[in-house]
Amino acid sequence: MTRLKKYRLFLFLLFGLLLLAILDQKLAIQSVELTGKSLLDMLLLLPPVFILVGLLDQWIKKETLIKYMGRGSGVKGILITLFLATVAAGPLYIAFPIAVLLLKKGAGVRNIVFFLGAWSTVKFPVLIYEFTSFGAEFTLLHITFGLLFFYLTGMLFEKIYTQEKLLQHDNTMKT
Amino acid sequence: MISGMVLYTVATLYLVFSFYRDKHKTMAALRSSWKMFYNVLPDLLAIMLFVGLILSLLTPSLISSIIGENSGLLGVAYSTFIGSIALIPSFIVFPLGKTLVQNGAALPQVAVLMSTLMSVGLVSLPLEQKTFGKSFAYARNGAAILMSLLFGVIVWMVLS
Repeated sequence: MTRLKKYRLFLFLLFGLLLLAILDQKLAIQSVELTGKSLLDMLLLLPPVFILVGLLDQWIKKETLIKYMGRGSGVKGILITLFLATVAAGPLYIAFPIAVLLLKKGAGVRNIVFFLGAWSTVKFPVLIYEFTSFGAEFTLLHITFGLLFFYLTGMLFEKIYTQEKLLQHDNTMKT
Repeated sequence: MISGMVLYTVATLYLVFSFYRDKHKTMAALRSSWKMFYNVLPDLLAIMLFVGLILSLLTPSLISSIIGENSGLLGVAYSTFIGSIALIPSFIVFPLGKTLVQNGAALPQVAVLMSTLMSVGLVSLPLEQKTFGKSFAYARNGAAILMSLLFGVIVWMVLS
């Protein structure tokens, strides 16, 4: 029953798809195709990301991570967070389990908010698309403003949320 | 595709190296990887299906007509709304944005749309809530909306 409950949103949407299929078959087929394509993309990206997260969990010591990404890690912390966020691939929801692991290992709240912000703003592979589609000025404005904004947001959120407060909700590791 | 190949290569190399160094640690790592995957799967399936439904309903020409050159603040509101609910892979965001502009959409509105597409996720909000709690999830998405709007203003002032 609990397992079924986890899938209720999916089942609800499946019902929506069924309704659409009755109303407009062509659109429904297109939805299924698009869903299949993004599912494939996701299944392609997720396993290596989760394997890396699992390995990180086993091999990186808490003290090491606190030193590099914890409270008061300063410019070094910013640079490492930025590096981690921009080289990883995939949409933002993949970043959630990674962010939780980093929090567990002692990364500061400021760096975690910055990590999520940078993840959603700058991606090295995507940068090429942005640059060729919208030019250097646009890209530079986007990156500079986005990163600055999310770093300031991180400083603000650090005052509101503690690491413990954020971790008490986590269920990525629950069985 | 290329980033996928790089990821697999890196993951495989580390995995082999880790296995060589410590078999037990590596198995524990793989077990926790599987657990993470298993736990996010229901939400991910829902997200993907929702994205499929939304994208088949919102075509580039439809979006362009909603956020055209003279759409003004209402266009910004639509951009924010569409960008916040839809969720598409980031490498599609910019080519899509270009298509929209070519179809007659205004640049600041498209900027807001692209920025919210990448940073705001109402579809993935349930997942984010389960991970960090309600308050943080709402606050982060709120901040991301604010960032996107301000970015739209900057683009409007500097580039148009």
